[in-house]
Amino acid sequence: MLEITPLHYTALSAALFVIGVIGVLVRRNIIIIFMSIELILNAVNINLVALSNQLQNLVGQVFVVFVIAVAAAEAAVGLGIIIAFYRNKETVNIDEMSLMRW
Amino acid sequence: MLEAAVFYTLAVLILGLGILVISARSAVHSVLFLVVNFLLVAILYVTLSAQFVAVIQVLVYAGGIVVLYLFVVMLVSLKRAPEQHADTRRLSVTGAVLAGVVLLEVIGIVAAGSAGGDAPVGGQAAGVPERFSDPLYNTEQVGWVLYTEYLIPFEVASMLLLVAMIGAIVLAKKNL
Repeated sequence: MLEITPLHYTALSAALFVIGVIGVLVRRNIIIIFMSIELILNAVNINLVALSNQLQNLVGQVFVVFVIAVAAAEAAVGLGIIIAFYRNKETVNIDEMSLMRW
Repeated sequence: MLEAAVFYTLAVLILGLGILVISARSAVHSVLFLVVNFLLVAILYVTLSAQFVAVIQVLVYAGGIVVLYLFVVMLVSLKRAPEQHADTRRLSVTGAVLAGVVLLEVIGIVAAGSAGGDAPVGGQAAGVPERFSDPLYNTEQVGWVLYTEYLIPFEVASMLLLVAMIGAIVLAKKNL
């Protein structure tokens, strides 16, 4: 209990991941859904850094740098889409985003 | 002992702030909770002797991405809250049943996997000097691996960022 093993970090990562997934599933505001996705990516990063520390292997930390780069790209494009959509439809509710629904 | 206290404090704060992020009524509050969450995760990286990743976390996440979110939240001024609109075509019960089935499946996979014993563990990347344990050299070590073994993925990531930047400008600009 008092000794911190990689399992503790994995459990923390899994819990944060689940919180993010719940946010994606439950919330209707697309901006908050994007924030939940950032939480999920952070959970993955915690896992990678903890196991990198455990295995004494730096590749995990390098991979975290790539994950952060992809997260930045995703946030930029996603928020651009939100702005473009809001300009046309005056809403950020995903239930009303049915323009391309069959 | 101290390590355990730091870890549990950070874990409780990170998870609590994560719950606050997804449960806050106002999107602005969500963004502010998200900043604190990212800073706490950066502290967690420092305790794992990953200083370079911690600095990147503060600079890129807490400094860059969150400001972007804050800009969008401010730009998208809502006349009515998005949660008030109800979708009649939503299948909540079906979704809950499906989620339960997937959860059982994941638990089954994890239980079956943990019975098989430990997986083999990869060694240190080739050519890295053996100074990983010294936190003073963390940035140097990450740079070494990044610019030798992962040079091409690094260049691909820079291309991805360039494409994302152009795409964001094209999407957000009114008349191009």
